[in-house]
Amino acid sequence: MPDKPKVALYWCASCGGCEESVVDLAEGILDVVAAVDIVLWPVAMDFKLEDLEAHADGSIAVGLVNGAVRSSEQEEIVRILRAKCRLLVAYGSCAHQGGIPSLANLFSLEEALRDVYEESPSTVNEKKTRPLERYVENGHEVTLPRLRQIVRALDQVVDVDYYIPGCPPTPKLLQEALAAILAGKLPPKGTVLAPDVALCEQCPRRDTKPDDLAIAAFRRPHQLLMDPEKCFIAQGVVCMGPATRQGCEAQCIGGHMPCTGCFGPTSRVLDHGAKILSSIASNIGPKTDEEILQTLSGIPDPVGTFYRYGLAASRLRANLAAKEGAR
Amino acid sequence: MFEPAQQNGSPRIGFYVCHCGHNIAGKVDVTAVAQAVARFPGVVLSRDYKYMCSDPGQQMIMDDIREQKLDRVVVASCSPLLHEHTFRTAVARGGLNAFHFQMVNIRENVSWVHDDPADATEKAVDLARAAVRRVRLHRALEQKKVPITPAVLIVGGGIAGIHAALTLASAGKKVYLVEKEPTIGGHMAKFDKTFPTLDCAACILTPKMSAVRSHPNITLWTYSEVTKVEGFVGRYRVTVKRKPRYVIEELCVGCLECIEACVFKEGKFYDEFNQGLGKRKPVYIPFPQATPQLVLIDPEQCIEFKSGKCKKTCAEKCDRDAIDFKQTERIEQIEVGAVIVATGFQTVPSEKVPFYGYGRMPNVFTALEVERLVNASGPTGGQVVTREGKAPKAVGIIHCVGSRDEKTNRWCSRVCCMYSLKLAHLIKEHTGAEVFNFYTDMRTAGKGYEEFFYKVMDDGVHFIRGRVAEVSDWAFTPDEEGKLVIRVEDTLIGRVRRVPVDMVVLATGLEPGPDSQQIRRLFNMSCSSEGFFLERHPKLAPVDTFTDGVYIAGACQSPKDIPDTVAQAGAAAAQVLALIDAGSKELEPNTAYIVEEECSGCKSCIALCPYTAISFDAARKKALLNEALCKGCGTCVASCPSGSIRQNLFQDDEIFSEIEGLLTPVT
Amino acid sequence: MSAHVAAREGAAPRAEWKPRVVAFFCNWCTYTAADLAGVSRLKHSPHFRIIRVMCSGRVDPQFVMDAFARGADAVLIGGCHPGDCHYMEGNYNCLRRFHLLQRMLGQMGIEKERFRLEWISASEGERVKTVVNSLVEDVVRLGPLALPGRLREWDREIDHLEAAVSERHEEATSHAR
Repeated sequence: MPDKPKVALYWCASCGGCEESVVDLAEGILDVVAAVDIVLWPVAMDFKLEDLEAHADGSIAVGLVNGAVRSSEQEEIVRILRAKCRLLVAYGSCAHQGGIPSLANLFSLEEALRDVYEESPSTVNEKKTRPLERYVENGHEVTLPRLRQIVRALDQVVDVDYYIPGCPPTPKLLQEALAAILAGKLPPKGTVLAPDVALCEQCPRRDTKPDDLAIAAFRRPHQLLMDPEKCFIAQGVVCMGPATRQGCEAQCIGGHMPCTGCFGPTSRVLDHGAKILSSIASNIGPKTDEEILQTLSGIPDPVGTFYRYGLAASRLRANLAAKEGAR
Repeated sequence: MFEPAQQNGSPRIGFYVCHCGHNIAGKVDVTAVAQAVARFPGVVLSRDYKYMCSDPGQQMIMDDIREQKLDRVVVASCSPLLHEHTFRTAVARGGLNAFHFQMVNIRENVSWVHDDPADATEKAVDLARAAVRRVRLHRALEQKKVPITPAVLIVGGGIAGIHAALTLASAGKKVYLVEKEPTIGGHMAKFDKTFPTLDCAACILTPKMSAVRSHPNITLWTYSEVTKVEGFVGRYRVTVKRKPRYVIEELCVGCLECIEACVFKEGKFYDEFNQGLGKRKPVYIPFPQATPQLVLIDPEQCIEFKSGKCKKTCAEKCDRDAIDFKQTERIEQIEVGAVIVATGFQTVPSEKVPFYGYGRMPNVFTALEVERLVNASGPTGGQVVTREGKAPKAVGIIHCVGSRDEKTNRWCSRVCCMYSLKLAHLIKEHTGAEVFNFYTDMRTAGKGYEEFFYKVMDDGVHFIRGRVAEVSDWAFTPDEEGKLVIRVEDTLIGRVRRVPVDMVVLATGLEPGPDSQQIRRLFNMSCSSEGFFLERHPKLAPVDTFTDGVYIAGACQSPKDIPDTVAQAGAAAAQVLALIDAGSKELEPNTAYIVEEECSGCKSCIALCPYTAISFDAARKKALLNEALCKGCGTCVASCPSGSIRQNLFQDDEIFSEIEGLLTPVT
Repeated sequence: MSAHVAAREGAAPRAEWKPRVVAFFCNWCTYTAADLAGVSRLKHSPHFRIIRVMCSGRVDPQFVMDAFARGADAVLIGGCHPGDCHYMEGNYNCLRRFHLLQRMLGQMGIEKERFRLEWISASEGERVKTVVNSLVEDVVRLGPLALPGRLREWDREIDHLEAAVSERHEEATSHAR
């Protein structure tokens, strides 16, 4: 079948949920398999690096990469994929904007390693053993990829053609994207393949949102019994819906949880977190410093709240201070 | 990333840097700026010129637009608050859209405030780079015109408000004159004579007051206050609260028989018009020529209000049944195209200068009290007497009370030297007393003022240069017994003197009125640091404010005398006439708009608009922005979580490009 | 900190580091006050650049982030005093955002002295001078933020690999041919 377009799927710093979402195509995956030739999908089948390198440059129609990029190995492979694929798609929040893994950018690499290998409550490691990049035993050399100082979104490492957002993306978005790619009906390069309007438009609770919020206090979902019908923000629960691109079919809202922003901002917004911060803060009630601070104290972790899926893609990308000592 | 289209593919930007004589070129290396900017992408022409705002400067821009096919213009000169309009007009006359222009402030923001020429030049280049990047993104905009309602609100019925009202009314415009006191006339009505001509104040003022009363184009509301102002230039909706006089205006003819009939046989209460030197009854008229000629009842003092058990002889006496104890306040709603604020001043309260003993020593008077004493219709019938009723043999007038003083007010109140001279003359004329003027500097700038000073010196009034340290009644010598002693360092002879007098007059300075902050907020004005209302430009727009359609006149803007006040009132009236007769006013097109297909209907913006310009369209589930109500602050734009609200002149990409331009390193 | 001086973008052509403060001033109060400072010839630090907006309420937190990302050492917002906003409420919205943004910037390693909000009325030309001078002093004490240079520095770790990969890639593809 020489005419079937070739597709490559790869995962970087990822939880596996994006891979799961491909499987979630269910029977639909058979149509995909029928239409394309999967030439790389390490999570499902056994491929070797040599196999990938053997493909001619530009011979693969599309590469879907999920996960953020932190290791030298990930960088190496996405660069190879970039060369081999005519279109490279950042698939899912992590590849799109850094995702949850990029919250690690609040800490230096040293802090992260120390926490994981030495200090986390479930770790017993009296000798403080840590993985080594290179280890020789009996003349056999074993190497591990190098971890980078910061976590990156895919487009901070290689050129990216399109983005499919979500943590994970819905099967519907994947299907539509593949159909568009296969049919060659593509929007301008750099487009995020999801509707460019914020989630509220699709939210079943929108009508319960008052015109004047005048938020007096913020609560996190575990701190109150949330009204299952009412707009979360109207209950003082931060919801990223007003600032977040739709396409998720409001599944979290349906599951009685506020939007946490995995689809990223609309195309008009440069910095997702800054923009929702602006909207949320403007809509609180108080006017004096003291009362404002009191109300805002209900958001104890602004970065974790507003950049949960996109710290790497924010204008500042990381905690500057964390970089200091550790390097 | 942002709205495409507008990005001007291959722009042809003309850049001009102004020397402003030496104002800019003396600090900023304008040639270097022009050379640096010439290298920026898109700049096809970069010039420096002596005065860009001059006719040849503007002509140069117009010619270049035509000959060099410029499509964008940047001028680096003074503040846009000063000349943005000038250059926009030039750009438009050159054939471009007026908004394909950006101004760079390298005078107020650079050359005038920085010492180091290298730093100043570097900053000028950075600012120019920001403007050049920004201007490429500028959209062509059209200015909306709003019609001007041919009616004017004048707040304050002193000489400024009266003069402006009469000027506008005689030009055929509808005028609403609102005064918080029961009568118009203001401070001037309390004066006996005016300097330097010694015209009788009443003789020149009262005809104007009655002209106001009778003018068909003037609606006069005294004892009234503006409580709310909405809308914008051309169409201000104003709410006026009219306090109850307990006298039906339409019925009262001002016969004053009710006052005569009041159960109080004598005046008992503080008489505001006479500074408390006289007493009045609960039913009263402020002064005989009060305009309108209507009595009023003070409910705080009237027995009927306090106990309900008065015989109401006043009401019985009134054969027109004009007295109405049940009257309540009335709310009037008016629509006007423009406003003149002429709310005047207050004199510095004497408590601020306790060392002069006002209130402690009965024969320390304020100048305003003495104005009433010398006035023939005043409480003493024109007799200048001590509180004991005796004619003083020696009187001391202390200048600069609450003026030119770190502890009270730093400014010169401008009128006190002259009115002190006037009072010195009048006291001498009325009593023959020895009069001593204690002055800091004699400031008599004005037509005929210096001459008046000499005349008063010739009268034999004594002048002692020095700031008075204190006034006391502690006698050191027998001839000081029973006198007030003024202790002063006479700086001309270089020693401390003690001058015993029978009466001390404090020439209190002028300061902003007690409700000036409230008034400022009502009309969205700014104040200068002293608290006087701030003019739009000290030289070029002295009666304009930063709120379109709101003008200021008189001592609410700064201390000034009657001639200056009247001149300024005339100027404010002329500005209003120009506005009204133009029929419409072009608005700055900096309004916000919502891109409907981008709006998610999240409602986050709705409550943020203080002008209720944004509403929620329940049918289409989108926010709806009424551009006619938008005043262009941009708060909703900054807050829209999905970036679906834009602001003309201040688009996101325009501001981002400015940031980028400012911070691009010099290479 | 001095290591960052060298890393700072554009440091090479300039002999010494000069702080860069971006100031967003509202048209009606603070920008007018800056004009007044000019008219009054109140000399102050040249290390700040004003961007005029109509109201402090127009200052989008994105502008602040962008200014830092592009190399501002500090950001100053100037607005009308509470109760005095030309647009009634805009400065309150600015104040609310400011407090949350300042805390969030702190989480990202930007000291709170580097981001200030000041109420400066049209008559307070003197205050423009003192605020700008004190902010520049703070920045001098803190040293450069120099974000663009530091971001580039971070990304150098992946540039290094890029060369290695392309070499190896060359090799592999030539085999394939």
